[in-house]
Amino acid sequence: MIELKSLTKRFGSFTAVDGISLSVQSGEVLGFLGPNGAGKSTTMKMLTGFLPPTAGTAVVNGCDVQENTLQAQRQIGYLPEGAPLYGDMSVGRFLRFIAEIRGFRGGEAEKRVLQSVDRLELRGVYHQSIETLSKGFKRRVGLAQAILHDPKVLILDEPTDGLDPNQKHQVRQLIQALSQDKIVVISTHILEEVSAVCTRAVIISAGRVVADGTPVELEQRSRHHQAVSLVMNAEIDVSSLRGLPGVADVQTDESGQQVTVFPANGQAIFPHVQALVQEKGWQVEAMHVERGRLDEVFREITIGGAQ
Amino acid sequence: MNAVGILFRRELGAYFATPLAYVYTTIFLMLAGVFTFYLGNFYERQQADLVSFFNFHPWLYLFLVPAVSMRLWAEDRRSGVIELLMTLPVRNFELVLGKFLAAWVFTGLALALTFPVWLTVSYLGDPDHGVILASYLGSWLMAGSFLAVGSCMSAATRNQVIAFIFTLVTCFIFIVSGFSMVLDAFSGWAPTAVLDAIAALSFLTHFDAIAKGVISARDLLYFVGMIVVWLLATSIVIDLKKAE
Repeated sequence: MIELKSLTKRFGSFTAVDGISLSVQSGEVLGFLGPNGAGKSTTMKMLTGFLPPTAGTAVVNGCDVQENTLQAQRQIGYLPEGAPLYGDMSVGRFLRFIAEIRGFRGGEAEKRVLQSVDRLELRGVYHQSIETLSKGFKRRVGLAQAILHDPKVLILDEPTDGLDPNQKHQVRQLIQALSQDKIVVISTHILEEVSAVCTRAVIISAGRVVADGTPVELEQRSRHHQAVSLVMNAEIDVSSLRGLPGVADVQTDESGQQVTVFPANGQAIFPHVQALVQEKGWQVEAMHVERGRLDEVFREITIGGAQ
Repeated sequence: MNAVGILFRRELGAYFATPLAYVYTTIFLMLAGVFTFYLGNFYERQQADLVSFFNFHPWLYLFLVPAVSMRLWAEDRRSGVIELLMTLPVRNFELVLGKFLAAWVFTGLALALTFPVWLTVSYLGDPDHGVILASYLGSWLMAGSFLAVGSCMSAATRNQVIAFIFTLVTCFIFIVSGFSMVLDAFSGWAPTAVLDAIAALSFLTHFDAIAKGVISARDLLYFVGMIVVWLLATSIVIDLKKAE
């Protein structure tokens, strides 16, 4: 379990993290969201014992990161932002170094290295020096180093940043496979990632938690939640849609054929819209109910939070 | 093997992963030779000792040690690896010590490769081997002190050039503080105690004593003390500056 208690970090007069309190349980994949400079990385740096907090505490599985730093760090696998690595080492040597530092010796160290090499499909570049690798491979070496000791807590700062769509998919699958008995905290500003892998999303802005819930709960805050999108094959008169019960607004695109009907307070308006379509005999090419848009919620919350 | 040993091995390996180590060693050996045989008048002195060899070591180290020490921390801070290192379950001083020992052993290797000079003088005459051994030890300890200063300077910046220059200047001050021309500037007005303190801080005072073949506890303590103090300072500076 991770517990943050009013964790605060100030750099001079600038407050990067402003009293964040959170509790994360085993099995949760926590997505840390926020605009650049919101304090995501700083929070992670305090959680991993790299930076001392100005105030507050971070506790990892009962170990205070400040007082019992090494004990806490043993349980954490960490991928720092940008996946910094020793460029002059080969992948194999580097992972071996990490394994030894983590306290594994001889055959056990060998086994651990090979396991994480297999997990991240690094066999092909095992003997290659890290500085010659592509960005995607470097990121995977960074991940391999983080999972090598099978940590209870995985903290990944932008794990998919700079990867191509296939690699992103791969990393997400890995995170999901790892998350069963672990805590995974990832920071990202890619919102689709949150829906794809996280069981919980925490949005921070200007160093404060401004939203905390499951991705679905956050989507429900969007005005697109339960909205009905229609694609017509001819322009229609939308005034009748506006008159339906529970409808807050109707928008059409320039062609007038793409129509979005927004509900008031997230009510289910689909049956009404469907009934109206049949009654009017409109030719509809496509029609679907939207789940809600995270990016919209994100914008609303973070811009509102900064003001 | 403990953490210091593992870090030591990695760091030492890093020196030889690039041509840097070979270039450095070559330059060191060439300069040592030039200083000894041309500037030091090794042959003209007609004496079976290595005074002309060891006399130039402080000046050799002044330029060559900062070149080794500048990358100790500055490189890791620039690349961000320091964040990885410091979130591994390793204590701060273990990192400092591992890096320092690797650099120290590396300069020790370069120093050991000057053995042909020893062979030469043994072939030409009958030197006092005890004195030469003591001089080697003194020289290596002095290199360690330079490195410890360099480690601290490297920790303070992410720019290797700045680390180089700061180390050079600091070490220069520690060398010349034993010079009579520096001491003369103080002798007119400063009390003797201050004068002695300034002279006692000099690398030269202590190195000369050891190079004469006298290994006293005082001189050993000086070099070991210098190393310990500057490494502690490194540890503190790393803690303060790592976030930047």
